Parts: sequence; C-alpha cells; structure tokens
Amino acid sequence: MLIRSRFRLVPDGTRIAFMRGRFLGLAVSAVLSLLSLGLFVYPGLNLGIDFKGGIVIEALTPGPADFAKIRASLTHEHLDTTGVQRFGAEDDVLIRLESQPNEAATQAAADRVRHALDQAVPGTKVLRVDAVGASVSADLLHEGMLALAISFLMILMYIWFRFEWEFAVGAVVTLLLDITKTIGFLVVTRLQFDFVMVAAILTVLGYSTNDKVVVYDRMRENLRKYKSMPLRQLIDLSINETLNRTLGTSMTVFLASLPLALFGGETLSGFAWTMLFGIVVGTSSSIFIAAPILLFLGEHRLRKDAVAARPAKPPATA
Amino acid sequence: MLYFSRLKTALILLACALGVLFSLPNVMRAPAGWLPWRQLHLGLDLKGGSYLLLQVDMDAVLRERLEGLVDTARRALIAGNVGYQSLAAQPAQDRVVFRLRDNAQQAAALKALRDALGTSAAGATPELQVQASTDGTVSITLSPPALQERASAAVQQSIEIVRRRIDETGVVDPQIARQGVDRIVVQLPGVSDPERIKQLLGKTAKMTFHLLDSAANVTAASPPPGVEFLPMQDNPAQKLPIRKRVEVDGGDLTDARAAENPQTNEWVVDFAFNAAGARRFADITRANTGKPFAIVLDNKVISAPVIREPIIGGRGQISGRFDARSATDLALLLRAGALPAPLTVVEERSIGPELGADSIRAGALALGVGFGLVIVFMGVFYGLFGWIANLALVVNLILMLGVLSLLQATLTLPGMAGILLTLGMAVDANILINERIREETRAGRGPVAAMEAGFQRAFSTILDSNATALLAHVMLFVFGTGPVRGFAVTITVGIITSLFTATMLARLIMVRWYGRLRPAALPV
Repeated sequence: MLIRSRFRLVPDGTRIAFMRGRFLGLAVSAVLSLLSLGLFVYPGLNLGIDFKGGIVIEALTPGPADFAKIRASLTHEHLDTTGVQRFGAEDDVLIRLESQPNEAATQAAADRVRHALDQAVPGTKVLRVDAVGASVSADLLHEGMLALAISFLMILMYIWFRFEWEFAVGAVVTLLLDITKTIGFLVVTRLQFDFVMVAAILTVLGYSTNDKVVVYDRMRENLRKYKSMPLRQLIDLSINETLNRTLGTSMTVFLASLPLALFGGETLSGFAWTMLFGIVVGTSSSIFIAAPILLFLGEHRLRKDAVAARPAKPPATA
Repeated sequence: MLYFSRLKTALILLACALGVLFSLPNVMRAPAGWLPWRQLHLGLDLKGGSYLLLQVDMDAVLRERLEGLVDTARRALIAGNVGYQSLAAQPAQDRVVFRLRDNAQQAAALKALRDALGTSAAGATPELQVQASTDGTVSITLSPPALQERASAAVQQSIEIVRRRIDETGVVDPQIARQGVDRIVVQLPGVSDPERIKQLLGKTAKMTFHLLDSAANVTAASPPPGVEFLPMQDNPAQKLPIRKRVEVDGGDLTDARAAENPQTNEWVVDFAFNAAGARRFADITRANTGKPFAIVLDNKVISAPVIREPIIGGRGQISGRFDARSATDLALLLRAGALPAPLTVVEERSIGPELGADSIRAGALALGVGFGLVIVFMGVFYGLFGWIANLALVVNLILMLGVLSLLQATLTLPGMAGILLTLGMAVDANILINERIREETRAGRGPVAAMEAGFQRAFSTILDSNATALLAHVMLFVFGTGPVRGFAVTITVGIITSLFTATMLARLIMVRWYGRLRPAALPV
C-alpha cells in the first residue's frame, strides 16, 4: 500500500557541515556573478523585439521554403532584413527586421513584408507578425525594469519587517547574486530577452526568496530553542533540518517547469529554461550563500546570550 | 488546529463546491439562460487575432487648439482696433504671443482678448491666462489642467471613432480601451491580417468643402493670406489654391455610400447632409454656381468640380478616380467620422489561428505532463499524505479555473505556464506540513500532537514564503502588459487558492482520516 513512503530525498538525521564550505561557496558565487556582470556589459543580453523594437514575421510556405526567392522579393521591396531563416520545419520561415526610423515606417514595413511574401510564394500563410515601434519598446523596457526594482524593494521590506535586519541583508545580497547569475545564463544561452523573461526573473526571485524564508524561519526558531548553541552549528542544523523540504519543493517546481522547457513551444521554452536555471541557483544559494552571509553578519549579534551580555543602555533622561 | 467545527467543515466544502460550479462553464454549456455562466477568455496569442497599440498625436491636439486661439485673437484685435505684430503660436510653451505696436493700447488689447476668449479679468482658474508684460508682448497661455482635459477628451473621442470604424469593418467582438495617457489598445479576435484596419485607423478623415481663389498663382512662393496651396490626392504635383475658410464640414454628413456610376463605370461616394449641412450646402452652391468647389480630405484635394447648379437636397457625390476598395473605405471613414487628432499605430502583434492552436496544444501537453510528474513525485515521496496533497492540488486547479472564470480573466500562453508553476509551488505548503509532522513524530510526539504541531508551526512559514512570491507577481501585474499580465494573474490567483487548499482542505482530509481510523502511527 502507498500509505507510508519509503523514499526520502536525504535520510533523516543528515548532518552535513555546510558552513565548512562557506568561503568556497561565497567565492564561487562571487566569481560567477562577476563573470555574469562582465557578460552583461559585453556581449550583453540578446534583447528581443519587446525591448529593442523591430519586426518579426513567421510564415508557412505551401512547400519547402524558397529562401532565395523570398530574399529577392524582400530586396525588391527595399526591405533591409537582418535575417531570413528556417524556423523549425522546412516550410517555416522567420523574417526579422530592425525597427525603422519612425513608428509609421515600422508598421508600413511590416505590411510590405506581407506583400513581398505573398508575391514571392503565393499561398504563404503568415502565422505571426510582431511589429514594435521604438517608443513602445523603450516604455516596455522601462516598465520591466521598474517591476524588477520595485519587487526587489518590497521583498527587502517584507523580510526586514518579519525578520531581524541581518536576515534581510542576507536575503537581498543573495537575491542579487542569484539574479546576476540568471542574467549571465541568459547572455550565454543567447535566449531572447523579452518581457516574458522579466516574468521568469521575477518568478525566480519569488521562488528563491520563498526558499530563503523557509531556511531563515527555521534558524529563527532554533535561535529561540537552543540558547547556547554556537551560531555556526545552529545554521548547519537548521539547513539540515529543512534539507528535505528545500530539495522536495525544488523538485516539484523543477518537475513542473521541465515539460514547459521541453514541449512548451518557442515562447515558453526560453522562459522555462530560465526557471530551471533559477531553481538550481536559488536552491543552492539558500544553503551556500544566504546562510554564510547570516553567519558573518550575525556571529556576535543574533545570539541571545551575546545580546544579554552587552551592557545595558543608560535610560534616556529628559 | 485539529478540531473542525461543523460550520467550518461546511464552509470549506462549500468553497470547493463553488469552485467546481464556477469552473463548469469552461467545459459545458449553460443549462439555463439565467445562470451567470462566465467563461475563461482565451488570449489573442491562443485563439489568434490582432493586437494594435495606437498613439494619439497630442502635439497635434495642442497645435490645433493654439491655431484656433491665433484666429480668435486676430479677429478680436482687428475688431478692437489694436495694432499688433508677429502673432504666432508657440507650441513648446503652450501659448500664443504677439507684440503690441503701441504699448499704450495694452488695456484695450487685454479687454478685447478677454472678451473674445471669455476669461474674466480676475481669472480664478481659467482655461487660459492672458498676460501682458511691460515690453509690449502679450501672451495667451493654456493652463496645464485645461490641456490635460482637452487631451483626455481627444483620446476619449478617438476611442469612439476607432470603435465606429472597426464596427463598420464587421470585426466581431473587438475590444478597444485606453492605455496610459495617450494610447489606445485595440484587440481584434480572429483578424490575422490587420493591414486594412491599420490603414483605416491611420487616416484622420477630416473632410471639408472649400472655395478656390481663382486669382491666386499656384507657382508663387507663398500663398496669399487666407489661402493655401493643397496637392491633389491622385496627383500630388498638381496644387490648387484653396481658401482656408471651411464652407461645409464633413461633420455634418449623415450618410456616405460607395456606388458605381452606371454611365461611366467609375466608383463614386454618395453622401447626404443633415439639415444644417444641407442648408449651408444649398446656400454656397446657389451663390457660387459656375465656380469650382473643392472637396478636401486630410489636407489633400480629392476633387474640385465646377458647381453646375445649386444643390438643394443636401445630397451630393464625390468622384475622384476611386476603385471599389478606396471608394468603400472613404465612405466608411466618412460615416464613422473624423478623428480629433492623427493616430499612429505603434505596435502590432498578430497571431494566425494555426499558431494559436499549436500554442494551446503545446501548453496543454506541458501542463498535463508537468501535473503528472508533480503528482507522481508527491505520491512516491510522501505516501498517503502525499496523495491527500494531490487531491488538494486537483481541487486547487479547479478553484483556480473557477476564480479566473469569475474574474473573466484572459488565459494566455504565459498564463498556462503560470498555472503549471503554481501547481509546482502549491505542494510546497504540503511538503512543509508533512516534513514538520515527520520531525515532530521523530522527536517522540504522538500522532495527534505531531499533527497539531506540524500544522501550527508550518503555517507561519507558509504565509511568509507565499507573501513574498505574491508581492513579486502583483508587481508584474501592475507593470506588465498583454500575455505577461495573464501570467501574473494566474499565478497570483493560484497562490491564494493554494493557500486555502493546502492549509485548509488538505488538513481537513488528514484530520478526518485520522479521526476515522485512529492509527497508532502516522504514515510519515
């Protein structure tokens, strides 16, 4: 009967001394994040048309696509494409154009591509047209960054409100390291950075915070429970106690994202791969980054006995 | 934590039943007409269609208003016998300025202007501010609130005209809404090639009738006062000297139809005026028989026929080398009315029905496989309590559908990803509770105490961890647009419903199970 499970991700009573690897963890993380920042500067994100503007047209030709003919027809219409390529099947064509000098020209160019396609290969079905003007893409970029920044601030405030400030700082520094690595991942994989990627990053942010909150919550509980345990030992204990949950939840979110990456189609697969990467980074950073930062920040402060040993402030006089 | 009163049990079950009820419309037809049968809408990315973002040219609204002020000021100053020079609009400063020839006339100038513009001398918070400085310059400045109001009215009016034009094309169920200050979103389900609609929306369609100045020389460098040289629609090189004064305005039209002239086989547009327009039209044609009369559309002359006889019925015909399509489009534009300001399409996103169907298939496949994987994982690693969590997860999915249908939310492709991710994250609460119960059991507590402690201790953690995720997605909803918003909506709704199913429903089932069987040990 399935009543009691025999499977555990890690056996009960596991006691791994994670804090022994704290310098290594931080160092690896810092190096990866620095590298990511470098990649962000050069070559930079592969901005999609949401943020860069331009035109993307996907079309289905009746037979195998005749690219030479399509290119010739586009050139004839004086359309300066940045790419005419096969997209999956051999009758699936993807045409890209840079954004035009003004909004009306961008829209007119999109319509001309339709005509050019119809002339080159009559019977072509246009599957998708995205034509985004420069002012719209600038606004979208602004809104995307604002969403990220404000979410970040709100998470900081929430943790600050619910935990001691050491926890908030630990969480935010870790989240920054997570996000930089996710951006590095996006640069390396050349995944298109569109608005849906902002959604992916925000979801990773939410997921990663969630993970940190659970581990922190246990530390806070243990701080009250074991008054005399050294902080380092206490942090290790808390991580180990929550290890099954941390890995379990990572697994379920990972399992939910995997099919999206594999068969979610073009729009969702980039999103899902970013999620998968974020889950791995977010889970490991809870253990190897967030906890050591707390250890450094709270070595002398978070212990109740240490607080009690501090000289009491003289009462303020009027 | 272990005791559920009858009322509470009933409420939890009622909530689940309501969820099922509200999600039913998505899978079956309404059994009776009076039921509020609300379905989840499919986004354009799933069912195919066009999304257009239009920008209202606010500068044009301002310029037109200032040009109007220049005219009013000119007339007022001439009527008041005030000498002036360099009267001009300064759009960058939202004002009209001129210089007095004689500074002593300042009071007279101000009085003439204020009378004409209807602003009081005390000027509480008028739309306009008339000011004179000591060096003899006088300015009429539009106040920012008045400008905003005018801009807002222009957008509102544009939406109305856009709606009429789109309705005329026969698109079913278009959605037109304002976005931000000066943008309009148009969603056209089922339209995968919006080229014609883009062209129709890109035309201001301001039609006016003017007399010509036969004495003017169109080759001159600049037209005489009150006259402008406008190009012919079908031959831009040819220009005509058009008097600026509008004799009859297209706003007075009541109908316009494209028709084929049986004699010439040419396409024409027949139009009819309302009573006021018909009277004006009759007066003008009577007084100017034998002279050319220009029909001007968006600063281009469509035609300038010679008036052969007075037209008194208020009906007329425009012929200007049309073909069937251009005549039909012009008639449509004239029926729908002119836009208060030019519109520019700044974004188009069109999805063909084939691609939409592909996306639904891909999304559904991913959803099914992902759901299956999560369920198997929970069953394998958490045994009976895992299956209870799975049951709660299924209810969560139904509740999500119910709430989203009730909100009439739009399901987009990223929204489907949101559903799947929510399912993956929802079991986190169950995992937290189960792990906690297991720990408490290992610490030597009996089944009741372990369950009690497990629910209680896990609850604050669950709240904290969900609150932060919720914050991030609410922000995404506020700042996101289009399909991404669909993602934010599903995941936000999913987080809230999962809090209910994981902490209330799953707990209720676990407690009931324990109460009935009273096992000596918990299956953790």
